Amino acid sequence: MATQSLVGTKNRAGQVVEDPWKMMHEAERTPCFFTGSEVIKEAIRRANCDVMIAYPITPQSEAAALIGELFAEGFIGDYFRGESEFAVMSQCAGAAFGGARVFTTTAGPGTMRAMENFPMWAGARLPIQMIVTCRGINSPLSIQPDTLEISYLLNTGMLVWHAETAQDFYDWILKGYMVSEEPDVHLPLALCCDGFFVTHTKDVVNLTPADMCLPPYDPYRSPVPCMDMECPPVRMMRDPFVMKSNYISYATHASWQQEVWAAIERSRKHAIRWLDGLIEVDRPDAEILIVSSGTAVSQGREAQALLEEDGIEVGIVKIKTLRPWPGDEIREATKKAKHIIVPEFNVTGWLAKEIRATIDDGDRVFAGPHVCGGMTMPPEVIAADLKKHLGLKSESLAGRGS
Amino acid sequence: MSTMYEVLPGPEHFLPPAAASMGVRLPDPGQAHIHGKIVNEDEAMEVAARQFLSAKVPTIFPGPLVLWAWNEKAAKKATAIRHLYETIKESVTPSQQAMLIPMPDYRPKYPKINPEIEINPNHPNLTIWHNKIDACMFVGVHCHQANLSLKIIRGGTYCYTIAMCAQAGHEDAMVSFRDATADKIMKLADWVKKLKGSVEPPKD
Repeated sequence: MATQSLVGTKNRAGQVVEDPWKMMHEAERTPCFFTGSEVIKEAIRRANCDVMIAYPITPQSEAAALIGELFAEGFIGDYFRGESEFAVMSQCAGAAFGGARVFTTTAGPGTMRAMENFPMWAGARLPIQMIVTCRGINSPLSIQPDTLEISYLLNTGMLVWHAETAQDFYDWILKGYMVSEEPDVHLPLALCCDGFFVTHTKDVVNLTPADMCLPPYDPYRSPVPCMDMECPPVRMMRDPFVMKSNYISYATHASWQQEVWAAIERSRKHAIRWLDGLIEVDRPDAEILIVSSGTAVSQGREAQALLEEDGIEVGIVKIKTLRPWPGDEIREATKKAKHIIVPEFNVTGWLAKEIRATIDDGDRVFAGPHVCGGMTMPPEVIAADLKKHLGLKSESLAGRGS
Repeated sequence: MSTMYEVLPGPEHFLPPAAASMGVRLPDPGQAHIHGKIVNEDEAMEVAARQFLSAKVPTIFPGPLVLWAWNEKAAKKATAIRHLYETIKESVTPSQQAMLIPMPDYRPKYPKINPEIEINPNHPNLTIWHNKIDACMFVGVHCHQANLSLKIIRGGTYCYTIAMCAQAGHEDAMVSFRDATADKIMKLADWVKKLKGSVEPPKD
């Protein structure tokens, strides 16, 4: 392919274009102690991005500002601030229609404000990458971690991945472009993390060499024509054929929607290869499983250790991709489990509902504990809820001085 | 998802599903698929050639990627497609009518297209119905628009669909090749020539 032939050449910043698989799997890694926001910057430094469009909203503002530094250093082709999140996402679409590799970041109310754009991105087959540093979305205002906004993204037609750690974040930003730009996929990616817990916490992250970068995006592999103002999807927006009231228009639109969801399915094969599976399972034979995504998995691991001290064996299933949904993998991983505990950082328990709808005997799912609005989820709470669910005695954690 | 779904000629349904959503997976390089099942490429070549030879109106639908000489590869592919069309025409009986109908662009056209001279991805069934096309091959059509068409064709017509795709292939076609080159198209023409006379022509 065209991208392969560019391996060994230099980009605008003087970085050497590397075979992406070698870069991610074979290149020497350097451990660095960074915040999640700094990790986003370091991944984008190596992503050969053409355009980044920013708008300030906590907790992604720092990452957006740091990428501005990359622009000043020559690593990004263009960088500017939009007038609002809605404007940013529309401008991202414009840049992607023009054949650019595009990156942006948002969070909470910003995600919600820009929501109209996301099904448009997917329908137009634009492989934009958007980092979502999840936070509260409701009134009263909260800037604290909360994953409710992910549930709104699940049916936009975007790929939706949920990173647990800063290391996930670093690797998945780069791998995300490789998956989402495949011609049979070619969809936007919402790469989510739990705001503050990941963005503002320092962690050791192993980075690939800074003088290596991904091959540039090749718009000629796109499944739709690049910036042809006379053809859908561009023409679709100025003269929507779906506005015609006839069977043909409806059938076309229906087939179009199906194609977007087919592309999500096609991403499965690529995501499995790049992410080493859509889920990760620890102790698959355990009768009790903690199944979750994001930092709830990290808290689950801590709870697992606490429970082990009490002689209770617990396995962990980490869900990496929410779209594509790893239905087969979850069914297989949970087939022996008698109890499936789904801790979540949101009020509705959307992940537990998805899991319950996926597996046989959904009554095995215990949807909890739920915390939201910025609350932390101490592992002791997961352990206590799990014990209570099993009918075992546990200490009350809510009281003071008891 | 394990699959039992077969990609077969329609008319299948008021709104047939995308084959990918039914668990059909695209082939890897060197492979093809027949009815959603992964096979080696030669097997698919033979099936495609037999379909052309046994159809009443075997038709090639070249799309914008091969209708204009926007690079050297496109020009070579166009020459190969013309050769395949001529080979089919020479290999079928007088009762069969080979056709070459372009998909020049993807603009939805109203009130309707002229099905004598073109096919449009938004309503491909009109061209297929009008010309009574019972086997067709898409080539040089952008993947999104090809998939759009292939589902609509499966939904409302009995046409047997073949996709000669330059990228990863199309689950929504009954036979799909991937990584199409001029050589691959010429190879299909060779298969048609090789099977000429050995395939029973359609009955009236």
